[in-house]
Order: sequence, then structure tokens, then C-alpha cells
Amino acid sequence: MMYLDLLVCLVLVLSGVAAMNTRNLVSAAVMVGVVSLLVSYLFLRMGAPDVAMTEASIGAGLSTIIFLIAIRRTEEEER
Amino acid sequence: MKQILSVVLLLAMGWFLVGLVPLGQPTEPGRVAQHYIDNGIDENRGANLVTSVIVNYRGFDTLGEVTVLFLSVAGAGFVLRRRDGLVRHEHRPSSEILQTGARMLFAPIVVFGAYIFVHGHLSPGGGFQGGAVIASAVMLLLLADRSHHLPHGLMHWLESMAGFGYVMAGVAGLVVAGSFLSNQGVLPLGTWNRLFSAGIIPIIYILVGLKVGTELSSLLDVMIDTGRPARQEGGRS
Repeated sequence: MMYLDLLVCLVLVLSGVAAMNTRNLVSAAVMVGVVSLLVSYLFLRMGAPDVAMTEASIGAGLSTIIFLIAIRRTEEEER
Repeated sequence: MKQILSVVLLLAMGWFLVGLVPLGQPTEPGRVAQHYIDNGIDENRGANLVTSVIVNYRGFDTLGEVTVLFLSVAGAGFVLRRRDGLVRHEHRPSSEILQTGARMLFAPIVVFGAYIFVHGHLSPGGGFQGGAVIASAVMLLLLADRSHHLPHGLMHWLESMAGFGYVMAGVAGLVVAGSFLSNQGVLPLGTWNRLFSAGIIPIIYILVGLKVGTELSSLLDVMIDTGRPARQEGGRS
């Protein structure tokens, strides 16, 4: 379990860095969603299921979708 | 020079953070937290202590949180509101898979969200989480069928009634027990770990769930459906 946690932490940091460095806005938004999902796993492992549920449903679900809608909207306006 | 400065600044901030919490060591609960742990079950009969803290001990704080959410959704709706003279998007119809899947999954997801906030005092989760789950079901429906519209009158009515009910539950505590949002004596506390227990906590969490669900759903509806400005001759957009 310890090694799984370390692996999750590593992937979390990597996807955060990837979200900052990528030029593609859509994949950056998806990377931020991945960070939220992994953080919610870590919350669950540390014994905070309430916070984990909030993070998974709002951080990984709704805010990713809102980012995607906003990105598509602004691209349409600029064209 | 700038990069060296930022690295030094980051190292200093990291050093402060390391000093703040010893890594991997759980800290001792303070006196207030110790009181919640020792007496929370007796005072509220809620199986989920986190919910007891959020809705009862820190209930006033939660009322403020709900108000902040309402204000932000109202602000977003004001900025993104549908103006006259906007062209509706001509949508490509979504795929068969998405349409059928949305139709099949909508009801189970809504029921799951309702389960989360109805059982907020028994199991992890509560009004905010359940409301977000319901909003994601609504989002699936809106993505599958763009011509679908939410009944705005019903949504606004539900939302304002939920907020009103929250304040009324607090006033009931003020009348009966002498302090706002008190849980003592308003409703029978019942038996620990039953659905009908914990006094006004499940009622408040159901109201919070309805409020968060309707607010996030109408925010998504406004965001998905805002038209783009019509390309006018004057070039104004």
C-alpha cells in the first residue's frame, strides 16, 4: 500500500507539471482533473472520506467540465 | 536574478511549511476538538461525527458557505445571462451512445445523489457532495440533448425554499433552545445510527443538498446554453 501511495504521489506531481507545461488547453484541463482524482484517493487513504467525496465530485467532475465548456466557448468567440 | 530570487523564496516558504506540521505525525486534537469527539455522539446522535460538526456545531459557518455559493452562482448567471439578439448555437446532435446512456443513467445518478444527502448523518458525504452528484446527472442530460431546458421557475422556487428552510430550522432552535441552529429539543434525537435520528441535522442536510443541486444545475444550464453575440453590421459584438 505504501508503494502504491508513493506511485500515486509521483503521478500526481507529474500530471501537475504536465498541466502547466502543455500548450493544449483541453489536455491541461484534463490533467488538472487527474490531479483532483488522485488527491481524492490520498484523502481517502488518510481517513477523510467526506473530503475525498467532495474532491472527486467537484474537483474531478464538475470543475473539469466547466473548464472544458469555458475553453470551447472562448475558442468559438475568438474565431 | 529573478529565477534565483524565486527559488530562494520557494525554499523559505517550504521551510516554514515543514516547521508547521511534523510529517506523518497526527497532532493532538485541541480542547474544542476533544469536546466534539467525547460528547458529539451523545449531544447529536449522529453516526457521522463530521456531519455533526459541519451542520450543528459549525452550522452558522455552513449557512455562510451556502450563501457564498448562492452569491457566486447568481453572479455567474448575471454575467452569462441570455441577452436579446443572441443567436442560439446550432448544435450538432450528440451521438446515439451518449443519448441512450444519458437517458439510462440520469435516474440512477439522481437517486444516488439523494441517497448521499439523505444519509449524510450516517455515512460519509452530505448535502454538498450529493448536490454535486445531482448536478453531474443534470449535466449529462444537458450534454446529450442541448435543446433540453431546465424548468427555471421550479429550480428557483426549490432553491429559495431550501435556503428559507435552513434559516427557519435555525430560528426554531432559537425559539426552543435559546440559541440559533441548536439541535436540542427541536426534534427528538432518536436512536444512534438510525435513518430518523440526529434531530434537525438530516433535515438541514437535505435542504443543503437540494440547494446545491439546483444551484449547480442552473449554473451548468446557463453556461452550456449562452448564445454567442450576433454578427451585426456595426461590428459590435
